[in-house]
Amino acid sequence: MAKKTIRTIPQDRTDIPVQEPGERVKNFAEVALGYPLESALNESERCLMCPEPACVKGCPVGINIPGFIEKITEKDYRGAYALLAEANLLPAICGRVCPQEDQCEGVCPVGDTLEPVAIGRLERWLGDMAIEEGWAAIPYRENNGFKVGIVGSGPAGIACAADLAKAGCDVTIYEALHKPGGVLRYGIPEFRLPNEVIDAELASLTKLGVKIECNTLVGRLFTIEQMREEMGFDAVFIGTGAGAPKFMGIPGESLNGVLSANELLTRCNLMGAGDFPSYDTPLHLGKKVSVIGSGNTAMDAMRVAMRLGAEKVYCVYRRTEAESPARLEELHHAQEEGIEFHWLTAPVEILDDGDGNVRAMRCIRMELGEPDDSGRRRPVPVEGSEYEFETDMVVYAIGTNPNPIIGQTSTLKLNKWDYIDADESLATSFTGVFAGGDIVTGAATVILAMGAGRKAARSIKDYLGIRDTDEIYQVKDEDEANTLFGIDRDERNFARLRTV
Amino acid sequence: MNKRGLCRTEETLSSDFIPPGFEPETDYARFEVVTREDFSDVTFLIEFYHPMMARAARPGQFVIAISHEKGERIPLTIADFDAAKGTVTLVIQAVGKSTREMQQICRTGTQLFSVAGPLGAPSHIGDAKKVVCVGGGLGVAPVYPQARAFKESGAYVIGVVGFRSKELVFWENKFKQVCDEFIICTDDGTAGIKGLVIDGIKQAIESHPDIDEVVAIGPPIMMKASAETTKPHGIKTMVSLNPIMVDGTGMCGGCRVTVDGKQQFACVDGPDFDGHKVDFTDLMNRLKRFKEDEKLAMERWAAAQN
Ligand SMILES: Cc1cc2nc3c(=O)[nH]c(=O)nc-3n(C[C@H](O)[C@H](O)[C@H](O)COP(=O)(O)OP(=O)(O)OC[C@H]3O[C@@H](n4cnc5c(N)ncnc54)[C@H](O)[C@@H]3O)c2cc1C
Ligand SMILES: Cc1cc2nc3c(=O)[nH]c(=O)nc-3n(C[C@H](O)[C@H](O)[C@H](O)COP(=O)(O)OP(=O)(O)OC[C@H]3O[C@@H](n4cnc5c(N)ncnc54)[C@H](O)[C@@H]3O)c2cc1C
Ligand code: SF4
Ligand code: SF4
Ligand code: FES
Repeated sequence: MAKKTIRTIPQDRTDIPVQEPGERVKNFAEVALGYPLESALNESERCLMCPEPACVKGCPVGINIPGFIEKITEKDYRGAYALLAEANLLPAICGRVCPQEDQCEGVCPVGDTLEPVAIGRLERWLGDMAIEEGWAAIPYRENNGFKVGIVGSGPAGIACAADLAKAGCDVTIYEALHKPGGVLRYGIPEFRLPNEVIDAELASLTKLGVKIECNTLVGRLFTIEQMREEMGFDAVFIGTGAGAPKFMGIPGESLNGVLSANELLTRCNLMGAGDFPSYDTPLHLGKKVSVIGSGNTAMDAMRVAMRLGAEKVYCVYRRTEAESPARLEELHHAQEEGIEFHWLTAPVEILDDGDGNVRAMRCIRMELGEPDDSGRRRPVPVEGSEYEFETDMVVYAIGTNPNPIIGQTSTLKLNKWDYIDADESLATSFTGVFAGGDIVTGAATVILAMGAGRKAARSIKDYLGIRDTDEIYQVKDEDEANTLFGIDRDERNFARLRTV
Repeated sequence: MNKRGLCRTEETLSSDFIPPGFEPETDYARFEVVTREDFSDVTFLIEFYHPMMARAARPGQFVIAISHEKGERIPLTIADFDAAKGTVTLVIQAVGKSTREMQQICRTGTQLFSVAGPLGAPSHIGDAKKVVCVGGGLGVAPVYPQARAFKESGAYVIGVVGFRSKELVFWENKFKQVCDEFIICTDDGTAGIKGLVIDGIKQAIESHPDIDEVVAIGPPIMMKASAETTKPHGIKTMVSLNPIMVDGTGMCGGCRVTVDGKQQFACVDGPDFDGHKVDFTDLMNRLKRFKEDEKLAMERWAAAQN
């Protein structure tokens, strides 16, 4: 194959079909519809197959991006998926929700002159195909006798559980809510990440033999210490997410109509409040909804409010569009859907209608001053610029604090911000107890949480003395299917059969 | 372990694979109601089987129950728990759609869709020598575990409970077993003293000048009045707050209450707080949050029953 250059590749990034804004604000169906085959083939031709691919370094889990794209161009889709799945257990999810512009696509050199290769869309396309075709690679596993408990069923917990189950451990996930998935389930709405995708990923987990026990708040029903000492878990992984929403502490915050984005999204995504009274959980949506913040959580809350029929939805953010931490695609979609953005604006007070409900909000205009620690220019209030505007629902999406329950109920060491203190290998202050994802790093991304779950799984394998058979025995093509390989049980190792 | 719940979604997952050691019979037979008792046309008791929760539960904690697939998450205080029998007891007042529906469908042998718990921080049973445990309305049952715990810790326990009238009185014997003194107050005077629980508290304070602590559970207005009654006497008063909740795990902030001028999440920081510091006006306002929706849900449900 002739070497591709920036001039020979298809110049335009292949469009992804989307639902029209006017239509989609009336439903919860997915906004971006996914590539058809020709589009995927076309887009994969745009990759230059860089010998030292920047994109791989840009991806937090180091997916072999040119590798899987090349396999797509060769029409070896299953092979492409196998390469992808080696590094990413949840491609259908990450392809949809990764902030690609800051990661893999942000550093792709094609982007210097043209639009970068749509890595995320290709990844999603393969992930969806794998779900449809039932490709999830389920190895035969033989139990190695180790029992591992996972706390929290978000992406960190899912990834850790999958890797350990594949290694032959008996894995149980405990989840506090009545449905598994973490933020993927209760936070990110269906129009960005359909429930079927989460269900499919969880189904492959149960096929690996992982047990998922919901309605279990660890710390209260039993403690981390009890898991290790009484319940027979040889190792424990904590992936409880960041959780507790922040408020600002301005006057009027306890009025009815003020809530966190987590509450709004949980009521809708998990409890079906959009279908009240057919479902029992109410929401009481306002007519004019103001969302404070401009991250992914804010975008989701605004777009849900829009879909549920709010007349006006405002975004109130103290910095500018350029500093908005949301995924670019979501920001664009939100703008197309008619959300009004009030950049450089901060709330100072929420006003009462005299009956304990929100009537209006008083805001102050901001301007950007000197850069702060994070390198972003610090917003400073413009004196005398306060103004009032009418709104009857105020939604906070300004970040989260660590959930305190594990800290309150164990002597596990926390760091000074109350996140769980974990070292390089994600080991905590308790032997055999590991932690990762948002509860260690603070609110981050799905891919980082997943990466942390996998890293913890490796550390747990080291801790338990499980050697990875893949390293010991490389499967060769001429091997017969279903050959037994691996090492002796007495060596605390696992054995499994090769599957085709 | 596997007596308890595997997650429901497994049922809906199209999986023909059954994990090793998975027994559908026992794994799905869960949150089973083993006893149902009706105290009046609005108050009823359910006792369900959950050995692990029965062992973990402490006084002052609560559960979140969902009665069916489309149901809401309903916080309910643990009114009793029996580690030996492996059961947890709830006493529920049918006040709106969800609780009335529970009253109708939660019979012996049926199963709740889900129950998570115990939730919330356990009550602090300190070294108080003499305590008054006050229960009014839906707070009568929830105060029982605290009375029992104080008794077990060696305290002198005075129980004060309030009902509208004699027919509604329940658990009199249960309370008498753990209380050194027991005062029933009824609105119409058909049982015990005629008056509100506040009158019971006043009576207790008059005859015992050395009360260390009062624990009051019930409707916000009653807890507020109790705290106001004890304040001039400087008696420590703990109340159990019941704001509207969703997850009960500290993730949504819907349950936030103002205590001592600061925001607290009742489901993780509470539900017990110092009654002298709670902003009850705020709590009562926030309980009205879904008034219209609740009314609509109730009307729709009632109409569908006929
Ligand atoms: C609305 C929203 C939108 C987002 N959008 C994006 C996006 O587009 N792209 C992106 O990359 N990232 C996004 N994020 C961030 C991303 O979802 C998180 O970083 C990621 O989910 C963290 O994963 P986790 O496994 O650490 O925790 P979580 O996903 O938070 O899962 C933790 C789970 O643990 C459970 N749990 C907590 N405590 C206990 C306990 N004591 N016992 C048992 N279970 C417990 C919780 O109920 C929860 O289910 C978004 C976040 C939100 C809130
Ligand atoms: C920690 C805690 C412990 C509780 N313990 C008990 C108990 O032991 N026995 C008992 O009968 N009741 C208890 N409650 C109250 C009970 O949760 C509500 O009565 C129930 O949710 C009402 O639901 P509904 O649909 O039947 O009525 P609705 O018509 O929806 O509401 C009736 C009233 O209940 C309140 N309420 C509604 N939804 C919720 C919710 N999700 N969370 C809390 N309150 C709500 C509303 O303010 C309203 O005034 C407790 C509440 C809390 C927070
Ligand atoms: S996982 Fe995310 S960052 Fe990595 S290649 Fe896929 S979309 Fe890019
Ligand atoms: S950086 Fe871009 S062009 Fe280079 S290999 Fe990665 S995706 Fe292809
Ligand atoms: S109920 Fe959601 S934080 Fe307390």
